[in-house]
Amino acid sequence: MTFILKTEDLNKEYRLGSFVRSRKIQALNDVNITVESETPVVIAVVGESGSGKTTLAKTLLRLETPTSGRAIVYDRPVVGVGSISSRKEFLSTVQPIFQNPFEAFSRYRPVDSYLHETARRVANMGEKDAEDAVADALDSVGLDYREISGKYTNQFSGGELQRISVARALIPQPQLIVADEPVSMIDASRRMIIINLFKRLRDEAGRSFVYITHDLATAYYISDYIAVMNKGRVVEFGKAREVMSNPQHDYTQLLLSSIPTTTSRWRPRLRAAS
Amino acid sequence: MISIKDLQVSYRLGTRTIHAVDGVTLNIPDGCIVGIAGESGCGKSTLMKAIYGDITSPMQLSRGSITYGLKSAKGRQVTAQNIREEWFKSISYVPQSSMNSLNPVIRIREQFIDFPGTDSNKKRVLERARAYMGKLGLPPEAMDSYPHQLSGGMRQRMMIGLATFFQPELIIADEPTTALDVVVQKDILMLLMELQEEMKNTILLVSHDMGVHYQVTHKMLIMYAGRVVEYGDTDSVFSDPQHPYTKMLIDSLPTIGDDSMRGLMASAAGASGDRAYRVEPILHEVKPGHFVAQAVAAPAAQSVGA
Repeated sequence: MTFILKTEDLNKEYRLGSFVRSRKIQALNDVNITVESETPVVIAVVGESGSGKTTLAKTLLRLETPTSGRAIVYDRPVVGVGSISSRKEFLSTVQPIFQNPFEAFSRYRPVDSYLHETARRVANMGEKDAEDAVADALDSVGLDYREISGKYTNQFSGGELQRISVARALIPQPQLIVADEPVSMIDASRRMIIINLFKRLRDEAGRSFVYITHDLATAYYISDYIAVMNKGRVVEFGKAREVMSNPQHDYTQLLLSSIPTTTSRWRPRLRAAS
Repeated sequence: MISIKDLQVSYRLGTRTIHAVDGVTLNIPDGCIVGIAGESGCGKSTLMKAIYGDITSPMQLSRGSITYGLKSAKGRQVTAQNIREEWFKSISYVPQSSMNSLNPVIRIREQFIDFPGTDSNKKRVLERARAYMGKLGLPPEAMDSYPHQLSGGMRQRMMIGLATFFQPELIIADEPTTALDVVVQKDILMLLMELQEEMKNTILLVSHDMGVHYQVTHKMLIMYAGRVVEYGDTDSVFSDPQHPYTKMLIDSLPTIGDDSMRGLMASAAGASGDRAYRVEPILHEVKPGHFVAQAVAAPAAQSVGA
């Protein structure tokens, strides 16, 4: 068995206000998540805005340094004391996908240059290999390299661009991909393409995902494990099916009862006065 | 009642003209919430803009007509020509990402009394506004804040407050809750439903979330490629969808507790980027009040829609 993701007492404090009068905000409060599995998994982190889920993503990606605690990905410490020091090694273990692909890529550079750079710098490939790796990665997200090459962000739709960022993340063959709200900026009718892509990459390419979202329906649809966060704490964690079908914590129950479903109504619809 | 006859709205892009709304004929009765669904680019926002009368270049009304069964305060008939004078009097609009539509550099109370022509006594307006916002569950200090001091949910509530304060006959809400999390979304939708039941006005609600439509609306309008695919009572549309596209929209909602491969169809139809159906502009009444366009499952005419 491998520890796909293990966080040990992860804490993160932000300070608000001036140097003399500051207020502490505990964005992560003793976050302990342990996922041990033989097969790759999708771990969903759900919660409302301000619950600390993005801070967790940033910490796992080393974009924020935790106040205390550490994190292990595929049996290797990546964050906190004793973690792997080489940035290259880190980036070929964990890769990010960000919320807004239009902000993740510069407007002034062709998008495929990012993929090339990832292949050359992170995966240490030669020019010929890099070319092939980029084409392969784009192929695995259902895009054609010849159609992407030389184009800028404004020539793509949000969905296409997000698939390109998935392709970029795949190039160094990372074991874990941390996706922070990857579909919230995408047109609703195109969201399932990205969601199903994650599912396929887990099953066929053996990649694990941390899927951060506030959309419980898609979280339920693709995830194996689910962590519910509220005010910096993980209030409920477990197998997705179990947590969603039999929620124990009040907050999880509140989240679930707030989803608009097509099976039962919150309140009866009175006949319209006509 | 709003009746739309054979409406065509076009965008002129260089030498090309794209018909974003193409041959829509529709009657919207008074006093109900009508939900509008369809994928991006199907023309739903364009139709809303046309009804609101916000027609600016390169958008133009190229054919057809909209008649409003509304009278202005002076007793004049509201028409497509003078609809602008009714903005924020008898018709209001909650735009997409409306929580970013508040003016960031003035206090919210200033934005309330900025409305033209209801009451010249600003103090009285402000007092009424304060009482009204209290009713919507906002703390009284919220009125004195700048927009950035409030959370997204509070700002959205404020926008709905602004849009309903003058008791308009018609409210157009374009994706009013898309950027919010489920708990806040439920609060805001419940608020909208309560206000509607009290005021008995008409709300046109654009959303991509079929769950929201099921919860909130009385009638459903499904659009595809600039045309109306299906229109009828919400219960009837959900329990007995007629058009394959409507069925797909309803099925593509991943449901908690259901492990079937829902949602896969949505990706299959969406991924190709091609039009899967050609929609005829003529609607047939399958049941009283439930209309559907004839489905032609053919590779599409690319000239249709945008």
